[in-house]
Amino acid sequence: MGRDDALFQYCLRLGDNALVLAQRLGEWTGKAPIIEEDLATANTALDLIGQARMWLAYAGEIEGSGRGEDELAFLRDVSDFRNVLLVEQANGNFADTIARQFYFDAWNVRALDALSRSRDPRVAEIAAKSVKEAAYHLERSADWVVRLGDGTEESRAKMQAAIDDLWMYTGEFFEADDIDRAVTESGIGFDPAALHAPWLEEVKRVLDDATLSTPAPGYMQRGGKQGVHTEKLGYLLAEMQFLQRAYPGAQW
Amino acid sequence: MKEWPLWEVFIRSQHGLAHKHVGSLHAADAEMAVRNARDVYTRRNEGVSIWVVKAADITASSPGDKEALFEPANSKVYRHPTFYPMPDEVKGI
Repeated sequence: MGRDDALFQYCLRLGDNALVLAQRLGEWTGKAPIIEEDLATANTALDLIGQARMWLAYAGEIEGSGRGEDELAFLRDVSDFRNVLLVEQANGNFADTIARQFYFDAWNVRALDALSRSRDPRVAEIAAKSVKEAAYHLERSADWVVRLGDGTEESRAKMQAAIDDLWMYTGEFFEADDIDRAVTESGIGFDPAALHAPWLEEVKRVLDDATLSTPAPGYMQRGGKQGVHTEKLGYLLAEMQFLQRAYPGAQW
Repeated sequence: MKEWPLWEVFIRSQHGLAHKHVGSLHAADAEMAVRNARDVYTRRNEGVSIWVVKAADITASSPGDKEALFEPANSKVYRHPTFYPMPDEVKGI
């Protein structure tokens, strides 16, 4: 695998994580539990769309075949998406959304922090800009995990169920494949496994605070990073890509 | 959520010296109120500092007392410092 191929795929992974999660969060707009949360969720989604744009624009430049951020976002099919399975999971109830966000944020902050020291100046620049946003996202989602976990009997039960249900989608963050190894070797990316211990430590600390139990290691789902997705992503893309598919080239 | 208290939000803008009332929101506690204020009222880079105050902790003058409170000041033009030239170097007035 050439250096550029690996970097292209790597940027797609980073960009697709942010894009797909942003689209999911956008589904809350207008129907979040309270208006304050509606705005905060939309803010997070917009931060993530900003991050997705930077990664996908760079991916397009690396690829060098004329595709820009819009083509990559709106004209790729399911199997060409490279996001982890976690971010495409349905919103569920508010606890499900928070658990998904918390698992992602706790990883994203560390991933971006590592990437801010990348040997590729563009990657380092995008990561350095994004890591501040991610730090705020983590503060918010961790706060909600604690509030709901250490809340009422009902909120606690829902938060624990969400934490347990999504656990099997967290393994993918820390598994390296050829692309991870290629970018790690060239000093552009990081070794995924190296983030596992600090991620788990943070997750455990927050779940302890929330009086929730940390799930035991177990069977982990995988495949998103390689383009093998759950059926949920297709529906998400159908909605997200509808306009460009039905009216190619449509602009504001 | 219905029992969440109402908070009044004050933002100090980039250029201002004082925190200015911008609106209100609901939150379970002060920490959440600051966070919500950040997301509701500083989305367009409006501020550098946030205060939140429980609306219930604010004591307000009664609209009915308006005349008794403010009318007497109306006729005392000498209380306005408009008769003094202000040097340009004096900032923040």
